[in-house]
Formats: sequence, C-alpha cells, structure tokens
Amino acid sequence: MSALLSLAGVKTFYGKIMALRGVDLEVNEGEIVTLIGANGAGKSTLMMTICGAPRAQEGTILFAGQDITRLPTHEIMRMNIAQSPEGRRIFPRMSVYENLQMGAALHGGVHFAQDLERMFEMFPRLKERLHQRGGTLSGGEQQMLAIARALMSRPRLLLLDEPSLGLAPLVVRQIFDVIRDLNQTEGLTVFLVEQNAYHALKLAHRGYVLVNGAITMAGTGRDLLERPEVKAAYLEGGA
Amino acid sequence: MQAGVSAGSREAVLPVALKDSAISAVLTFLVLTPLVGLRATEDSGGPLILTYRFGLVLIFAAIVAVLRFVLHLTLWRPGRIKGARRNAALASLAEKAEPLAKPVFFAFAIAFPVLAILAAGDLGSSRYYIDLGIYIMTYVMLGWGLNIVVGLAGLLDLGYVAFYAVGAYAFALLSTSVPLNDFLDGHLGEGFWAAWAFWLCLPISGLLAGFWGLILGFPVLRLRGDYLAIVTLAFGEIIRLVLINWVDLTNGGAGISSIPAITFFGIPFTSGDDGFAALFGLPFNAMHRIIFLYFVILALAALTALATVRLRRMPVGRAWEALREDEIACRSLGINTTLTKLTAFSIGAMFGGFAGAFFAVRVRFVSPESFTFMESAVILAIVVLGGMGSQMGVAASAILLIGGMELLRNLTFLKDPWLLGADFDPTLYRMLIFGFAMVAVMVWRPRGLVSSRLATIFLKERKKVSGDLVKEGHG
Repeated sequence: MSALLSLAGVKTFYGKIMALRGVDLEVNEGEIVTLIGANGAGKSTLMMTICGAPRAQEGTILFAGQDITRLPTHEIMRMNIAQSPEGRRIFPRMSVYENLQMGAALHGGVHFAQDLERMFEMFPRLKERLHQRGGTLSGGEQQMLAIARALMSRPRLLLLDEPSLGLAPLVVRQIFDVIRDLNQTEGLTVFLVEQNAYHALKLAHRGYVLVNGAITMAGTGRDLLERPEVKAAYLEGGA
Repeated sequence: MQAGVSAGSREAVLPVALKDSAISAVLTFLVLTPLVGLRATEDSGGPLILTYRFGLVLIFAAIVAVLRFVLHLTLWRPGRIKGARRNAALASLAEKAEPLAKPVFFAFAIAFPVLAILAAGDLGSSRYYIDLGIYIMTYVMLGWGLNIVVGLAGLLDLGYVAFYAVGAYAFALLSTSVPLNDFLDGHLGEGFWAAWAFWLCLPISGLLAGFWGLILGFPVLRLRGDYLAIVTLAFGEIIRLVLINWVDLTNGGAGISSIPAITFFGIPFTSGDDGFAALFGLPFNAMHRIIFLYFVILALAALTALATVRLRRMPVGRAWEALREDEIACRSLGINTTLTKLTAFSIGAMFGGFAGAFFAVRVRFVSPESFTFMESAVILAIVVLGGMGSQMGVAASAILLIGGMELLRNLTFLKDPWLLGADFDPTLYRMLIFGFAMVAVMVWRPRGLVSSRLATIFLKERKKVSGDLVKEGHG
C-alpha cells in the first residue's frame, strides 16, 4: 500500500510558539487512522496544517504523491480532500439542503441527486430535516450534516476533527458506525482526530498519539489500546 | 366563565386607565408649563421677551394621556397573555402577501408617474412627486447594491458612498471631457457625443466603480467585521478628500457642472424640431425628461434586483451566503474565499457606480458634498432596517426612511406660533427620527423588517426558512 497522505518533519508555528515540532505521519489508502492526544497537544493544528491554514513552516505534506505544503487552502480541498472541521461549522442560516449543495459546489453538482440519495440512506434524519435551517438541528444532526456535507464532494480522504465533541454516547456510536461503514463498503480513507480515545482507537486500523506537538507513539489501534501509557493517560475511566 | 372574566377585568380596567391618564396629563401639563410653555427669546432690540406656547404643552399632555390610556388597555392590562394570537394571524397574513410583494411593488413603481400626474392634476405640478420618486428609487437601488455586499456576503461596508462617488465623478469627468467629445464627434459626426454621452458613460462609470471595488477589496481581504468596517469607512473618506483636494482633475469643492443632459436614446429633450416632444408629436414640456429619468432609475434598480436574484442562484451567490455564515467552513469546502469576497465587493460597487452615474446626469452637477459619510450611513441603515438579504425589506425601508424624511418637510403646521414657532424646522429633526426608527425596529424586529427568506435553492417546493433560533445581527 502506498501512502495517500504523508507528513514529514512538519513544523507549525503560532507566532513564535512552535505548535507542531516535526510531525511524521502516514495515512494509507483505505485506512482509518486516528490521532489522539490531550487538550492543546496540537491535534487540530495538525489537521488544519494539512489544509494549509496555518501553513507548515518546515517539512512537507504529500497527498497522492503531490506536494501540497504550499498550496492555498481551497486548492488543497479541491484535490479530493474533504474536511469536517472542529465544531462542525455547518452554515446555520442555510437549510440542510443548501448546506449539502455547498458541499457539492466543487464539482458543480454533477452527481448531486445521486449523492444526495446516498446521504439520505446513510443519515435518514437529514432527509426529515431537509428544509430546516442548519442552526436548528440538534448537535448530533449537525455533526451528521457536517460529515454528509464533506462527503458530497466525493473525497478520497476524509478528515474528521473531533466528530464526537459534545454528543451523547449513543449518537457518538452512530457516527462511528457510519464512519466504519464508509470505510468498509466504499474503501474511504479516513483521518480522524479524537479525544474520545477508546472508541477512536477501536475504530481505527492504526493510531498515533500526539503529545506537545510531537508524535510519541504509533501502532495499530488494538496495539495502542493495550499499552499501559495510553491506558493511563487517555483511557482512565473512559472505557 | 371566560367571557365573565374578561368583562369583569375590563370594568376594572377602564376607570383605572381613565384616572391614571387624567393624572398623567395634569402632571405633564404642570411640569412642562415652565419648561416648554414659557419661552424667553431675545428681541431684535435687545431685551428678552416672553412667548407663550401653551398649545404645545396641551398637545404634549394629550399625547401622554392617550399613550398611557392605550398602554393600560393593551400592554399593562391585568391578565394579559404574552405572545399573541394576533401576531400569528398577522404572520400568516404576511406569509400570504409575500409572494405578491414583488409584483405589486414593481407594478406600482411602473404606474407611479401616471398616478402622480393624476393625483397632481397636470403634468407640471406632478414634478414634486416624480422627483421624490426618483430620489427614493435611487436609494432603493443603492440599498440593493449594498445588500449584495452586506446582506449576502456579510462584509460590513461603511464606505459604500465611495463607489457612488466614483461612479458619479467618472460619469461627470467622462461626459464633460473635451478631447473625448472632439474625437468621437470627429469620427462619428457632429453632435454624437451630446446625444449619446449618457448611454456610453453609464456602463463605463459602473465598470470603473467595480474596478475600484476590486482595488479596495485586495488590501482588506484579511479583515472581517469591525476591522473591515473601519477600513471601508476610511476609504469612503479618502475618496471624498481626494475629490476635494485634487483640484486639477475634479475642480475641488466647486465640483463639476454642465454635465450633458440625458437623451431619449439619442433624442434630446429639447423644444427644438429634433427634440423628443416634436418627434413624438407632443407639446414640449420639461417634465418629459424628469419622467424619463424616473424610468431610467427604475430600470437600473430592477437590473440590480434581477442581477442579485440570478447571482444568488448561481454558485457565486451561494458562496457569498456561505461566506457570510462561516468563512472557515467555506474554505474547507474548497471555495476560494479571496475571489468570493472580491466579486461581492466589486459587483456591489458596480451597482453603486451605476447609481452614481445616474445621480450625476440627474443633477447635472457633482461636488464632494454629495458624498459624505452620512450617505453611507443612510444606505447602510436602509439595508439593516429592511432585513439584510431581503430585497423587498430593503425597498420598504428605503421608501419609509427617505419618504418619511421628505414628509417631515411638509409638517408646516408645527410652525404655528402656538406650537413650535416660525423658526422651528422639522427637517432638522429627521436624523432624530431616523434614530428612533432604528431603535424601534431593532427592539421589535431585530432581524429587520423582512426577516425570513425563501430557501435560495429548493428540491420540490419552496419552503420558508424562518428567522428564528438564529443568532441576531449575525450577518
């Protein structure tokens, strides 16, 4: 398997503060890879650095063999990377339908109707809420909308930033089930950033642990779950 | 039981309300008599003389009494249930009326000159109304133009008047340009420029203003919200100061005059044999030009509205709306936010430029005085009061605010010596009323007069997207 996304020695700064201290990471085609870490470890920074905002000051980011380190954000997203950003960031005053259309904007809505049906199968709730404003949905529905919106662009790589944030355990399970389904049936590659380490590692093929802007551990999801350091730091009472 | 309760409470309410409003009226009268009723003014000779304005005091007392009486019967009524069925009825009525609003508005706008002439009696005396119509329609157009920037793309622009000024000055400079005149007359025949100046310069002025929108757009791309507002405000002032100080080009504060008049597609509105009246077999009347101007601004405003509606359905329009909602989400969907902002800025500016060119040809004189910050503020107030993003709301608030200010001019009865005196000028208070209107709308309708909107794109049927449950003042 070749790496679909690979980061090598990526360093990102906020002013003079180094938020990422040389991250090396690979996501292979067809994998679910999860990145766990505590608050402020730089998980979201890593996610946003892949998208080019903020830009990595050192190191390279390759996607499908192409260097995307210096590309503007919208060009990166046009290479079939889709992102469901942290905090969901749906368009609150636009209807669910309009939100989904924005997701398909890249392709000019070529296979829009078809993709819309696919989303309805995956998230029946969105069909019920189609003409409601995005801002009136519940948290779980908004997360579903954010993922559906990202999927509307038919991505090769889906970046998910904390999809479980602020959701009830049952809803979290639903969302993780959908991610697993997408990966198994369609072979979608997923890079998942999570604080909910137990569920995320169980879901993932491989995982990375980020501490203070540097990767400290890597391994298969199962492997990481077994490690005492991971258990102590991220799973206390979580499982 | 229900009826008995309400009848009983009404019996109790009425005497209380009457008593309270009587007391309030007396108190108001007593308090205001020395404050308002007696007025010391300096006579031309020197000594102070006392004037009495008891009529005014009585009016204030009556206003207080009536207001308190009404409040007792409505808002302060014991056992009144908040939230209201009446509002629901009103809302459903509004919902039914809404699809009609646009056709009715445009039908009225088209028929307006005829109605004005009928109301005034003859062509000559309808001038006031048609001038007012032109004036209001200019602001409707400016409101719609700014609506693209503020209402759709969510970029707070406090310097919109800059583009209005660029359009007006571009038009004035081009149409009075002697070399251009000589060149075109030399190649295309004598009198060509006089006949066609407006129709050639109008699009150029709009494009120039749009170009200036781009120039302003570039440096402010990184800014949002308050910071953007400050920079656009500064830009508006810079343009005005340049117009004042670049005397060689703009003739400074004296302005540019003798701008060629509008023609009926090449036919001048003159009394001569080749004039509009003679060619159409009508008796000459200066009003022909005014009425034609009205239709030109109506067409320009309609063009703005139409372009906005079309753009909203196109990807770029949806990108504007998405940009207003969430810039980061936009970028994560692969939308080029830089380009999106620039198009919003320059298209909004272009329509401002068209309006400016129209202003120049209507008044036939431009000077920096016409393009102060006050204009920007009024246009922005029109957009905000109308409900950002709503075209009919913007039109309604333009009519209310501009027409309302004009009405104040006609309140001459206030100059009665028993009331406010001959030196009272109601027009001075228009900004005060403006402020009151703003406060009132923001209290009762925080999202503007027309706050709900139809989904721009829809699957099978149009569904209303309500304005509720959304953060206020959020774009």
